[in-house]
Amino acid sequence: MSVDFKAIPRLAAGYRFQWEEAQQNHVLLYPEGMVKLSDTAAAVLSLCDGKRTVEAMIAQLEADYETEGLAEDVTQFLVEAEVQGWIKYG
Amino acid sequence: MAKIPPPLWLLAEVTHSCPLQCPYCSNPLELIPKKAELDTEVWLKVLHQARKMGAAQLGFSGGEPLVRKDLEILIAEARKLGYYSNLITSGIGMDAARVEKFRELGLDHIQVSFQADDATLNDYLAGTNAFQHKLEMARAVKANGYPMVLCFVIHRQNTDRVAQMLDLAAELQADYVELATTQFEGWALANRDHLLPSLEQVREAERVAHHYQEKLKGKMKIYYVVPDYYEKRPKACVAGWGRVFLAVAPDGLVLPCHSARSLPNLELHNVRDHDLDWIWYESKAFNYFRGEDWMKEPCRSCDEREKDFGGCHCQAFKLTGDPTHADPTCAKSPHHHLIEQAIDTRQLSMQPTQPILFRNRQNSITKKTARI
Ligand code: SF4
Ligand code: SF4
Repeated sequence: MSVDFKAIPRLAAGYRFQWEEAQQNHVLLYPEGMVKLSDTAAAVLSLCDGKRTVEAMIAQLEADYETEGLAEDVTQFLVEAEVQGWIKYG
Repeated sequence: MAKIPPPLWLLAEVTHSCPLQCPYCSNPLELIPKKAELDTEVWLKVLHQARKMGAAQLGFSGGEPLVRKDLEILIAEARKLGYYSNLITSGIGMDAARVEKFRELGLDHIQVSFQADDATLNDYLAGTNAFQHKLEMARAVKANGYPMVLCFVIHRQNTDRVAQMLDLAAELQADYVELATTQFEGWALANRDHLLPSLEQVREAERVAHHYQEKLKGKMKIYYVVPDYYEKRPKACVAGWGRVFLAVAPDGLVLPCHSARSLPNLELHNVRDHDLDWIWYESKAFNYFRGEDWMKEPCRSCDEREKDFGGCHCQAFKLTGDPTHADPTCAKSPHHHLIEQAIDTRQLSMQPTQPILFRNRQNSITKKTARI
């Protein structure tokens, strides 16, 4: 599986991304389940809003973290997230 | 246990009323009467308190939660508080308009349960005509943008039809299907002679489930877990006592697991009298099986004790008379012969001595006359 830079990812139906105060952590919630997210995973998922392209997400993250060359990390995560069923495109 | 973790899962058993009469129901034989149920205000208090403690997953179950007229109010509040809310339902008690309303109010997920894949068996087990409506509701759920999540409870009377169940699910374009094995608690335990599948049936169901998992990969997720009676190891009941899960019964009793009410000498508390915070962290009941101090051999020195925490204490009590024994479904338990006897083919081929007991208020019994 590879990632199309022009594609627009969004959370799959039934998934919700939110900050959990009690856990001091971002989580992804889905039918009867929950995953605790790493900071990087949370940063990427927070941009999977069905509005921006993968390309735009990478640019945004690079700006936010004042760094370059995040493309590979981001696409790797997106591939994994799609396999897990967390995100969909289009 | 060093630091007690906060609860993550709140199960709100809002009522024991139910239009269906499934003999495999894991509710207690002694159903909570309607007049003893918590009112809306107390349920709202429960939602607030548990959320503040850290609960993120919320299940509305019962009985049939749709029977509660104030379900909409609870759903709206749950959303406001930031819960991910799950409705565990038979589908009876809603129509397409109510599903749409739930969606608007922010309910996150609806799981519709089926008794079988065909109307006759389904409606026999449900004790009422329900099948057609269930089909409609499964479709209505999906039409409202929800993932379609179906649940089939599996037992001797329907396990030979797992393939047909999965065909039906595929035809309905379900996203998730849970083939839930019957938990032998409450009504299910009273009906065990009618419900316990044989080893061949279990293996065949497993084979079929795996076959469909492969075949429908990427389209439909199928969950199938071998029943603990055939596993030689117990399940980590509720992911460990007082670690993750908290249930509130229709009358407000707070339970570390759904069937904890049946345990002896366990002083359970009611949300009408105490804060959830105190019940979870301080009460004796919730600390009873926390950590490992309560364990006896073989659990105490077992290297798997972090995996299953000694299994289900209610099952240990029901079958051995002592909840601090290892769950007898474990092959290391000195009481494991009780399970072996129950699944012995000679035992399974005998005609049950008692007729199947449908779950309804009429058959519900008080403590004094309980046969289990
Ligand atoms: S298992 Fe059947 S009888 Fe029990 S609550 Fe569910 S639908 Fe009702
Ligand atoms: S002996 Fe106890 S802890 Fe070990 S596997 Fe069996 S039930 Fe679990």
